[in-house]
Amino acid sequence: MMLDTATTRTAPSRTAPIFELIEVEKVFQVRPPGRRFTREKVGLRALDGVRLSVEKGASLALVGESGSGKSTLLRMVAGLDAPSGGRALYHGRPIREVRAEGPGFARDVAMVYQDARGSLDPRMTVGALIAEPLRHFGIVPKAQEETRVGELLERVGLPADAAKRYPSGLSGGQVRRVAIARALASEPSVLVADEAVSGLDVSTQAQLLTLLRKLQQEMGITLVFITHDLGVASYLCEQIAIMYLGRIVETGPTDAVLNAPAHPYAAALRGAAPRFFEPIPEPLPGEIPSPLDLPKGCRFSTRCPMAQDDCRTRDPQLGTLGAGRAVACLHPLAPSDT
Amino acid sequence: MMLQQINAEALLSVSDLTVHRGPAKILDRVSLSLAKGETLALVGESGAGKSTIATALMQLLDGAEIEGTADLQGAGDLLSLRKREMVKLRGQRLSMIFQDAGAALNPAYTVGRQLITTLRRNLGLSRSAARSRAIELFTQVGINDAEARLSAFPHQLSGGMQQRVMVAIALACNPDLLLADEPTSALDVTIQAQIIRLILQLTRERGASCIFVLHDLALASQSCDRIVVLYAGQVVESGPSEEVLKRHRHPYTRQLESCVLEIGRKDLQAPEGTVPSHDQMPAGCRFATRCPRALDRCAREAPPLTPADPARSDARDHLFACWNPE
Ligand SMILES: Nc1ncnc2c1ncn2[C@@H]1O[C@H](COP(=O)(O)OP(=O)(O)OP(=O)(O)O)[C@@H](O)[C@H]1O
Ligand SMILES: Nc1ncnc2c1ncn2[C@@H]1O[C@H](COP(=O)(O)OP(=O)(O)OP(=O)(O)O)[C@@H](O)[C@H]1O
Ligand code: SF4
Ligand code: SF4
Ligand SMILES: [Mg+2]
Ligand SMILES: [Mg+2]
Repeated sequence: MMLDTATTRTAPSRTAPIFELIEVEKVFQVRPPGRRFTREKVGLRALDGVRLSVEKGASLALVGESGSGKSTLLRMVAGLDAPSGGRALYHGRPIREVRAEGPGFARDVAMVYQDARGSLDPRMTVGALIAEPLRHFGIVPKAQEETRVGELLERVGLPADAAKRYPSGLSGGQVRRVAIARALASEPSVLVADEAVSGLDVSTQAQLLTLLRKLQQEMGITLVFITHDLGVASYLCEQIAIMYLGRIVETGPTDAVLNAPAHPYAAALRGAAPRFFEPIPEPLPGEIPSPLDLPKGCRFSTRCPMAQDDCRTRDPQLGTLGAGRAVACLHPLAPSDT
Repeated sequence: MMLQQINAEALLSVSDLTVHRGPAKILDRVSLSLAKGETLALVGESGAGKSTIATALMQLLDGAEIEGTADLQGAGDLLSLRKREMVKLRGQRLSMIFQDAGAALNPAYTVGRQLITTLRRNLGLSRSAARSRAIELFTQVGINDAEARLSAFPHQLSGGMQQRVMVAIALACNPDLLLADEPTSALDVTIQAQIIRLILQLTRERGASCIFVLHDLALASQSCDRIVVLYAGQVVESGPSEEVLKRHRHPYTRQLESCVLEIGRKDLQAPEGTVPSHDQMPAGCRFATRCPRALDRCAREAPPLTPADPARSDARDHLFACWNPE
């Protein structure tokens, strides 16, 4: 009934997923806001009822509101955090369990952190930083280390003399490339990257994106990629998941979703993407609710231009919408509305 | 001649700003000027020196040798002001929003305390006056429930909220000149739109000028009157946004534009090569190692900034530096 789209899912849908999240929840224990000296803690629900599966060779963009839980979700996929509820599986087994068994998981699933500079030891040279995973996972014999470091530097577009420098002497973009080179060093089959290209100039970004796309298409690397740039999501990722306040509110083939978003928040995101010489659009009304004090009913209802009475009492769940799409909204937009 | 004309009415005019770190020339004779009420975008390769320009103007650049001048109307040369005068100026006329808000806020103090301290120190307000001004500022930057939020610690706020706190702190003293270094790179596009609108609205209301460091050319076109394109520490093209983006002359500007990813685009061709390291920088045009239009002379002789079209008045200060322009 909904959309007739040219985009198809490339990920074979019948193979078992690499990652599967089932009703995943993540609650952080935090002090109540403004109460500095209390021992009391309240639960901050950073992820709530997240269902997601990532198939081998898939490329998935995670986009959404700042603070909606994207990094939390990614850290869970990388096995850095355990869910507080629900199940997070890697080839059908709990991710944390697999990760605890040995270095195999960490070699196979490489992560690029949001805070690239913070993730690199400032006392190590760039060369040593990239050699570390090579040695740790035994990727090349010691004699070939330097050559491989050189290759990795070239791949991410850093000059060879960068090997001798320290992270503090590099610009933000250069540090980002080091982080990507380090992640690629272990020859992973899955790359999870948290804003790996944000804050880069567009030509550097283009080089990294074409590299990632090549790895994705030629070597079948599975990609889970957080970005705020919808153009980047559309270029690199077949699938998109849009998050708002701890929930996935819409998911499906990237271009289909972006061309005709069904969730009002997805539509707002689409509308706010910068366009040459157009006036900057009016922002959504209202403020993002605190995750400590979630609105009743739909969590977007306090800002949603389409909200109706039932939105303030009923909490919509992610439901299918045809053509590989799903949306969590009681009154989804029809394609002609956007 | 022409540059001087513009300089006469400028709020800020930077000329021949050169920064060395050891043997590396990080900025090479960068000149730019900014009229009162104008917004300007610095764009260009990562590592080109955009943040270096902003931090040099604030005298926050450590371990570097600085030459050139940067005249702020009524204050003199920012680069040679004494520390004490600079500290005073930073409280009163000049402020900066840093590339990384999370790191710029002190995690040990509530955001209210950080804002109130700024207000008391710079405007000499009493505690209670500073407090009510802080509430006012928080409300202006769109933080609801401002009074309660004053007692939040930075980590208790989302990235977008932290960035708004930074905007509030930066605007606390009604600056004439705001430097915003990628104020929204880490934020989703709805909050980005909100924050850029907010900065523009608040600076316009006050007749203040603004220098943004941006990577998103579409966002630059939406928010800035003028664009300065940097490559490897040099200005390669500058002028009114429409001129630079629609009638660019420099091959590097074209390269940047060809990499813009609009939604649905799949045919991206990444440019070859990287910026040469500082010890291998060509003596002439620094883009020569990667330029598809390079001529023999390019690597030897540095092209000067030249007016793009002296005959057209709306292109008056559109400048580019290239021997073989488009
Ligand atoms: N270690 C932690 N302790 C307490 N709260 C946390 C922690 N990590 C994240 N949070 C909270 O969980 C929520 C989700 O945070 P997360 O970092 O996953 O968001 P995000 O979508 O990655 O945002 P951004 O786009 O700003 O990076 C936020 O409200 C955040 O403040
Ligand atoms: N503390 C430092 N020590 C040595 N070199 C530095 C230092 N900080 C920056 N640099 C060098 O100065 C040059 C300019 O850096 P700057 O941070 O100004 O670039 P930028 O244009 O802001 O880049 P980005 O877009 O990545 O933020 C880069 O080549 C960088 O390697
Ligand atoms: S359920 Fe209602 S409030 Fe929520 S997104 Fe849909 S229309 Fe808006
Ligand atoms: S001066 Fe020469 S090398 Fe430099 S941009 Fe122009 S054509 Fe290219
Ligand atoms: Mg994040
Ligand atoms: Mg910078």
